[in-house]
Amino acid sequence: MTQPADVSDTIRARLFPFPRAHLLSAVDLERPDVDALLDLADAFLEFGRQSAKSLDLLRGRTLINLFFENSTRTQGSFEIAGKRLGADVINMAVGASSVAKGETLIDTASTLAAMRPDLLVVRHWGSGAAELLSRKVGCSVINAGDGQHEHPTQALLDLLTLRRAFGADVGSLSVAICGDIQHSRVARSNVALLQAMGCEVRLVAPPTLLPSEVDRWGGQVFTDMIQGISGVDVVMMLRLQRERMSGAYVPSTREYFRFWGLDADKLAHAAPGVKVMHPGPMNRGVEIDSGVADDPAVSLISDQVEAGVALRMAVLASLAERMEAGQ
Amino acid sequence: MSGRGIAFINARLVDPASGYDGPGCVLARDGLIEAVERQPSFVERVTDARVIDCEGAALSPGLIDLRVRTGEPGTETRETLRSAADAAAAGGVTTIVLQPDTNPAVDEPALVDFLMRRGRDLKSVRVLAAGALTQGLKGQALAEIGLMAEAGAAYFTDADQVIADSRVLRRVMAYAGAFDALIAHRPADPFLTQGASATSGELASRMGLPSAPAIAERMGLERDLALAESTGVRFLVDQITTSEALDVLARARSRGVEVAATVSINHLCFNEVDIGDYRTFMRLNPPLRPERDRLAMVEAVRDGLIDAIVSAHTPVPAEGKRLPFAEAEPGSIGLETLLAGALTLHHEAGIDLLDVLRPLTVGPADLIGLEAGRVSVGAPADLVLFDVDAPIVVDADRLISRSKNTCFDGRRLQGRILMTVAGGQVVWRDGQA
Repeated sequence: MTQPADVSDTIRARLFPFPRAHLLSAVDLERPDVDALLDLADAFLEFGRQSAKSLDLLRGRTLINLFFENSTRTQGSFEIAGKRLGADVINMAVGASSVAKGETLIDTASTLAAMRPDLLVVRHWGSGAAELLSRKVGCSVINAGDGQHEHPTQALLDLLTLRRAFGADVGSLSVAICGDIQHSRVARSNVALLQAMGCEVRLVAPPTLLPSEVDRWGGQVFTDMIQGISGVDVVMMLRLQRERMSGAYVPSTREYFRFWGLDADKLAHAAPGVKVMHPGPMNRGVEIDSGVADDPAVSLISDQVEAGVALRMAVLASLAERMEAGQ
Repeated sequence: MSGRGIAFINARLVDPASGYDGPGCVLARDGLIEAVERQPSFVERVTDARVIDCEGAALSPGLIDLRVRTGEPGTETRETLRSAADAAAAGGVTTIVLQPDTNPAVDEPALVDFLMRRGRDLKSVRVLAAGALTQGLKGQALAEIGLMAEAGAAYFTDADQVIADSRVLRRVMAYAGAFDALIAHRPADPFLTQGASATSGELASRMGLPSAPAIAERMGLERDLALAESTGVRFLVDQITTSEALDVLARARSRGVEVAATVSINHLCFNEVDIGDYRTFMRLNPPLRPERDRLAMVEAVRDGLIDAIVSAHTPVPAEGKRLPFAEAEPGSIGLETLLAGALTLHHEAGIDLLDVLRPLTVGPADLIGLEAGRVSVGAPADLVLFDVDAPIVVDADRLISRSKNTCFDGRRLQGRILMTVAGGQVVWRDGQA
C-alpha cells in the first residue's frame, strides 16, 4: 500500500541535519532548531495517524536502547519511533547485573561502541551519564534521562503538545511546574526549554522538594500551590516517587495531596482554558486527582504520549540526516 | 669521618623558618645541613663536595605533606609506597605522612612500625605514618593512640571518616592529651554530607547532583572546636574549605584555643565550576566550593591563618573514576603538582614566596615536631631546587603515581623542580623521568 504522497513529502521537505552530534541537554538547544524540530515532529504526528506508518529514513541504521533504569514508556516510545523510521532497534536492559559485576559505564560503552550502532538512546540513574557516554562512543547519543539532571526529549514533546494545543505562540504562555522539582530531570529540561521559548515559568513545591538556590533558575518560586498556579495557562505536574512521601521529604501522601495535589478546586485558580500535563506514570490521588487527569477538556496527558513518538522520530531522523550529511 | 657532601652555590635561598629570601649557598653532608651562608658562594672554599651551581634557581626546604594516601597495605593497584615516594621526590616533597585509611586500617602499633620500616627501606623521601583515632576508623572504640605514638605515629586521624558520636570524639581528644598527641579531624556534619558529591547551590542543583550545604563544614567545626577547647587537646582541622569555617576558626583562636588548620591544594586552585562537565577527576571530598570560598582560602594563606597546605594525594584507579559523577570515587593525586600548584598563589595572587612555602615546610614540621622543613645548620638535608617561573603543562599520563587521577590534568602551571634532596641524597633530578 502506498502512502499519500503529501505527508511523506512534507516530512522530507522538513528534514534538517540536527545541529549537534548528540542530544544531551535542553540547555544546548536554540530556538530556530527547536522550531525546526517541532515542525518536523508535527509532520510525523500526522503521518503516525495514517494506517501505514513505516518509512525508510533510518534503513540500515542501528539504534540501541540502553536502559539502566526500567522505563516502559520512554523505551517503548523510542523503539516505536526507531522502527517506524526503518531502523534496526535493539533493546538492552542493563539492569543491575553488569554493574554489580564491577563493569564501569565506560566498559559498557566500549562494548556497545564495538557493535557499531548509529544511535544510542541511554537512560541511567547517574546525572551526567549520557554526557560521559557521548565522549566515549563514536555514535550519536540521545539522553533519555540521566539521574536528576535532564530528560530533553520529554521537554521537547511537552513543547510540541503545547504548540498543538495553543498554537505557535507558545512563548506567551505562563507555565507552572509543580511537585518534586528537586529530584526531577523533567523539570530541569522543561525549565530550560520553556524559558528559551520565552514562556513565564513558575516553580511550585514544598520547600523540601525545591533544589538549593532554585530562585536563580529564572522563574518565580512558590511553596503555596494556589498562589503558584493562579492565572497560569498550563500546569505541569511531576511525579512524586513513593519512597519520598512517607516522612523523608513530605510527611504523608494525604498531606501532600491536600497542599500540593492538583484537583479541580485548586485548578479553578488557573486561567480560563488551562491545560494540565503530566510526564507519567501518574500517582492518582497523590499528585493529581483522577477527575482532572481524565478530563478531556483540560488534560493533555494522552496527547503527550502521542507527541512522544512523533518527537522522537523527528530527533532520530534529524540526527540521521546529520550523519548523511557527513557531519 | 665524614662523606662527600653536596654544595649548592648561587642559589636563591628561600627559607620560611628564618624568613630569608636572597642569595645563598648550602652545604649538605652526612644527611644533615653542615653550612648555610647568605651569599652566592662560601667564603672558604668547600672541599670534598660535589658543587652544584644553582644559577639563581630557588633552593628551599623540601616540602612536607601531611596528607598522603597510598594503597599500601591492601590496594596496591592504586599506589605503593615505592610509587608514592617516587612521585613525592619528583614533586619536591621530602616528607610524606601516610593516612591510616588503608586495608587494614592503621589502628595499631605494628602497622605503624611496618609502614615506617617499609618507608625507610625505600631509601628515598621520609615516610611517616598517621595512626587512626578509632579502631577500624569506625568512630566507636578508641584506637591504641599511646602505643602508636611510641611506634612513631606522626599524628592521629580517622582520615575522611567523621566521628559522628560526640561522646567518642570527646573521649578520643581527652585520651590523646595524655600523650600530647596531635589529633586531626575532618570538620563536617556527617548527616548533612551523607551521599553528597557536590556543594549545594545553583550549579549542583542544575546538574542534578546530590549535594550538601557548605554550612555542614562550619557546623562540624564548631562542635569539634568546642570539644577541643574543653579537652585542651592539640587539634588540627583536616582541610578547611569554606569561608564560614574560617570565621569559626578565627573566633576560636581569638579566645586562645590552640588549633591548627590545613587546606588542600585542590581547594586553593579549583572551584565548583570545574565540575561543570561532570569531570570525575574533580570529584573530591570535601567537594569543590564556590569561587568566593576558594578566594577566602587563598587569602587565609596570605594572612598566615593556614598552618599546612596538603596535597590530599588520593590515588583512584581508572575503574573508580570511569563512572557517572556521583558514583565516582572522590579524590585527586597531588604529590607531583603540589609545588607548582602552590606557586599559582605566588604568580596569580601575588603572595610572597616565603608565605607560600611556609605552610609547605616549617609549618607542618612544627606541627608534628620535625627538625626538617628549614635550611639551618644541623637540620636534615631535605631540599628542593626549583625554577620558580618555568612553565609546565601537566600531563596525567606522564605522572609517576600509579593512578593518574589529577585535577591538574592539562593545566598550565609555573614552577619546574630541578632537584630533590632527601636526607642528603639526590632522590630526583629534572630530566630523570
